[in-house]
Amino acid sequence: MTVRGPRTIRVDTLARVEGEGSLYIKIVGERVADVKFKIYEPPRFFEALLRGRHFSEAPDITARICGICPIAYQMSAVHAIERALGVRIEPAVRTLRRLFYCGEWIESHTLHVYMLHAPDFLGYPDAIAMAREHRAVVEKALRLKKTGNRIVQLLGGREIHPISAAVGGFYRTPTKQQLTALVSDLEWALEASLETVRWTAGLEFPSFEQDYEFVALRHADEYPFNEGRLVSNRGLDIDAAEYEDHFVELHVKHSNALHSVVRGRGSYLVGPLARFNLNFDKLPEVARKAALDVGLRPPIRNIFRSIVVRAVEIVFACAEALRIIDEYEPPTIPRIDAPNRMGVGQAITEAPRGILYHRYALDDNGRIVAAKIVPPTSQNQKQIEDDLREYAAQLVAWPIDDATWKCEQAVRSYDPCISCATHFLKVVLGRESVKG
Amino acid sequence: MRIIGCGNRERGDDGAGILVAERLRECGLKADTSTGEAASLIEDWNGADDVIVIDTVITGAPVGTVKVWDGQAPLDSATATASTHGLGVAEAIALARVLGHLPARLRVYGVEGRRLQPGAVMSPEVQRGVEEVVRRIISDLAITR
Repeated sequence: MTVRGPRTIRVDTLARVEGEGSLYIKIVGERVADVKFKIYEPPRFFEALLRGRHFSEAPDITARICGICPIAYQMSAVHAIERALGVRIEPAVRTLRRLFYCGEWIESHTLHVYMLHAPDFLGYPDAIAMAREHRAVVEKALRLKKTGNRIVQLLGGREIHPISAAVGGFYRTPTKQQLTALVSDLEWALEASLETVRWTAGLEFPSFEQDYEFVALRHADEYPFNEGRLVSNRGLDIDAAEYEDHFVELHVKHSNALHSVVRGRGSYLVGPLARFNLNFDKLPEVARKAALDVGLRPPIRNIFRSIVVRAVEIVFACAEALRIIDEYEPPTIPRIDAPNRMGVGQAITEAPRGILYHRYALDDNGRIVAAKIVPPTSQNQKQIEDDLREYAAQLVAWPIDDATWKCEQAVRSYDPCISCATHFLKVVLGRESVKG
Repeated sequence: MRIIGCGNRERGDDGAGILVAERLRECGLKADTSTGEAASLIEDWNGADDVIVIDTVITGAPVGTVKVWDGQAPLDSATATASTHGLGVAEAIALARVLGHLPARLRVYGVEGRRLQPGAVMSPEVQRGVEEVVRRIISDLAITR
């Protein structure tokens, strides 16, 4: 056998990932010796910032954790606090919150599918290079994303860090007329999202399947946003209040972050693949048909195909937004007054990247005594490492540049949102020589 | 004229663009804020022919240094705006150029930053840089109007 000279390839920045982290994979001979995926843990700062604040401030503060998914943070916050206070929102408010979430999913998924992930499949270094040769595709992406922005802007009061969501409802609710004005854009967006499903389904996917534990919300009669039991394909079926009995966060030496695991089992997967596999029957007909037409049926175990599943979820979000607007009657009162009360409440909602858990403990004056936030990317972190260990093993004979790029693509399949952390993901793939 | 301050107030020096926008509003000017995410930025400046964008930058210059770039010219490749996103101001400009969506006039004010972690306090040098940008934008407006 040959003796391979030592080589180390360093990639300074892994672009198209929201935030910063680092990835280190060590290959010794033909074996993957070590994998370390490291991100920081920004919510710890926000958990501390929340202590001592009145509960009414939590939606605004938590919305600032992430510029890409502020609605998710607001939704988990208001639902958890409403549970702590025993507040029951009226059905029309709940429906408006679903519409709010539709806007965020359209924005976030479109950004990821077209601008962050598609360049990997088409062999471009970034969306700018892709735009030179696929101008119409990128123009479509910008318009599709804008449709989501319009929903968020209308319901949020402003685009950056929306401020209208409140414990008990909304500070302001839209009129039927304001929502109807979105219909023609959404009808276009629905068509564009159906094209997106077909377009993404035509990409080439590495052959890589894993036996994941999928974890997602499940609701009796809806594709999940902000309500439901937390279920998995390995028999988990719990209320949000039981989350911390079943999931534990472990300190790992190489990362400031905590690795979340299912107690007694290990890593698990949250996000589009998990939702799709566990809730396929709850998708509206138009989204289910779009998936089946391109041969996408559960269970999908190839993480690279999550780009197609995201496209299906854009179809769902557009169709759901149109349905809500069609049936919309404004709430009788925008917001129920929530009294100060001692209590503890937990909630899980489906952020674009997967389940987002919040817990708040409140004192008699409605002040936050303790807050716990577990974002989806933290939950996927161990699974990303586990995947890379398996996937890198398929690539040991590849030229190191190509192997590095494929590993980056694998990481991007998770749409890791670590923007709440710092700025770049550095990838280092080290290879040591051994005598064979 | 459209003025857009980019960044995140919860991340120390990354809040420079947002702070500039807020200070300009205090002075009676209209200024928007943005996370700096590329697709949103392109949308924000759509239809405007004269745009000012303010963001924190990392160029290796002393902290608080203010630089102005002409957005019509390609940004110095050594310049990285400290956007919290995979696609930030520099990418927005490059993408808009490819798509033909660049405003006729686009200026980027960059304030050199250092502390960018969540919960960090803005550096005093960056605070001074923010005031400098505010003064320069206001005097620029006084000249052009």
